[in-house]
Amino acid sequence: MKLSVGSAGFLTTVQDLGRPGFRRFGVSVGGALDSHGFRLVNLLVGNDETAAGFEITLGGLRLNFPDERLVAWCGGEFDVSIDSLSLPAGRAAAIRAGEELLIKQPRRGCRAWLAISGGVDLPKVLESRSTDLRSNFGGLVGRPLRDGDAISLGENSSWAQSLLDSLRQDRIASWSAPPAWAGPAQALPVLRIARGTDWDRFNDSALHALLTETFTVSPDSDRMGARLAGPVLQRNDHVDLVSEAVAPGTIQVPPNGNPILLLGDCQTIGGYPKIAHVLTVDLPIAAQLRAGDGVKFRETSLTDAHRLLHERECDLEQFRVGIKLHAP
Amino acid sequence: MQITPLGDSALIIRLRDELEGPSENALDEVLALHDCIKRAQIPGIIELASAYTTVALFFNPLAVIAAGAEPDRIYAWLEEQIDRAVADGDGQAKRGSPSVVEIPVCYEEGFALDLDEVSKHVGLSPKEVVDLHCGTEYRVNCLGFMPGFPYLSGLPSQLATPRRAVPRKDVPAGSVGIGGAQTGIYPMRSPGGWNVIGRTPVRLFDANKIPPALLHAGDCVRFRSIERDEFEALLK
Repeated sequence: MKLSVGSAGFLTTVQDLGRPGFRRFGVSVGGALDSHGFRLVNLLVGNDETAAGFEITLGGLRLNFPDERLVAWCGGEFDVSIDSLSLPAGRAAAIRAGEELLIKQPRRGCRAWLAISGGVDLPKVLESRSTDLRSNFGGLVGRPLRDGDAISLGENSSWAQSLLDSLRQDRIASWSAPPAWAGPAQALPVLRIARGTDWDRFNDSALHALLTETFTVSPDSDRMGARLAGPVLQRNDHVDLVSEAVAPGTIQVPPNGNPILLLGDCQTIGGYPKIAHVLTVDLPIAAQLRAGDGVKFRETSLTDAHRLLHERECDLEQFRVGIKLHAP
Repeated sequence: MQITPLGDSALIIRLRDELEGPSENALDEVLALHDCIKRAQIPGIIELASAYTTVALFFNPLAVIAAGAEPDRIYAWLEEQIDRAVADGDGQAKRGSPSVVEIPVCYEEGFALDLDEVSKHVGLSPKEVVDLHCGTEYRVNCLGFMPGFPYLSGLPSQLATPRRAVPRKDVPAGSVGIGGAQTGIYPMRSPGGWNVIGRTPVRLFDANKIPPALLHAGDCVRFRSIERDEFEALLK
């Protein structure tokens, strides 16, 4: 009994928390671009947070369920429904055998993440079920979902099963995740950045532009990075840099002066100057950027970055405890 | 040695600013630094990734806090750990001689897509280019660009050729290329701008194996020129 893909949509992939540990072989970390939201939806359906689910880009996904499952999603402003029942972000819901889950195109934002109790059951490749689209391995034989695919699911946890039993009537659980976690898409977001190694290589007008002007996301953006158009960022020097590590969140500036905000599938090393880094806590917002969106940047300190991350993790832990208390 | 943040969850330890002097020394210094930090097993570290003159250290800030760092002093705490690791590392066991890996390459027509251009650019016959390319020992500086792609140093300076003005949309897997002063091998089919002078039948990356890559930073590489028959045979 497998999950059947009625319509795969624009780009839907199997993802989990990625495959850290293989950078030295040139393997990208990948994984759900909003790893915090992904952990959250796994938590909502009683999965281990490392369980695999789906990343849906720009919607259009229809899934037909073979048996009874809990589902939860987070991400941009998508209309999601189970047959005629509308399902808000950040809520666990029971879906019955034979029902269809539909994720339409987003009104705002770019991506959604869907967790299903039991998780997507595919073999791990390099310790992860994430799809590496650039190198074509992991996930569903290294490719996006296609119409007609049939995908195995793991078993519902006992927690998920008892919640399913208690949701026979209401269908949707009464508690919900914090809205900022479940729906991080914003109109003209301001992403917080910390200075990069090569900050001082840029001239004053470039630094001023980075911190004050609006950049527009280009259509050739993907899971590797959001390419930004706007003020051209010029350097003081023209030294050829030696390639070194980059990371998701790094804003690098190629010679044309148009910055690229690197995302989860970015290369492991790069030779372009790194002007700044988007804070880890703001990557969920960055993952919602789509072509044509505006984005701004604001400087903050790494100390703040760590404080915010720590606070968010403490809040998530509290949420986890809260959910367990709700358990039937 | 200089330590700079790479965002809030990584830092870069830089041994020197530019690629100065013979790069072989830089590589050995970087590998020694890498080994010494790896041995120290600093809590909260996810992985290390070395490149030409740097070692990048990726960490989980929350795990670093759990290991005892104050949330507002994570970098200071890590720097202390790194300094201690480096101090303790002096006099520790050094790496043995690097492994030497021989890579068979067919430089014949059909595989050597840009050999004529390289030959014209450097003013040598195609055979001279191939002989020089095979007659040298290279070292793997790091893997990157794509999984298993080795950045090799040691290309004879006579062979240096700028990248193609327009990158190829589709470079076949196994293609051996020259990009500026470096040479490398495309483990899988990909777009790319390096001048392709041959192709190897050897598989450089297999995600289903541990380790997934044939080559590792620090390895020595030699190319051996093979004919098409041997290429086909090795491919099987």
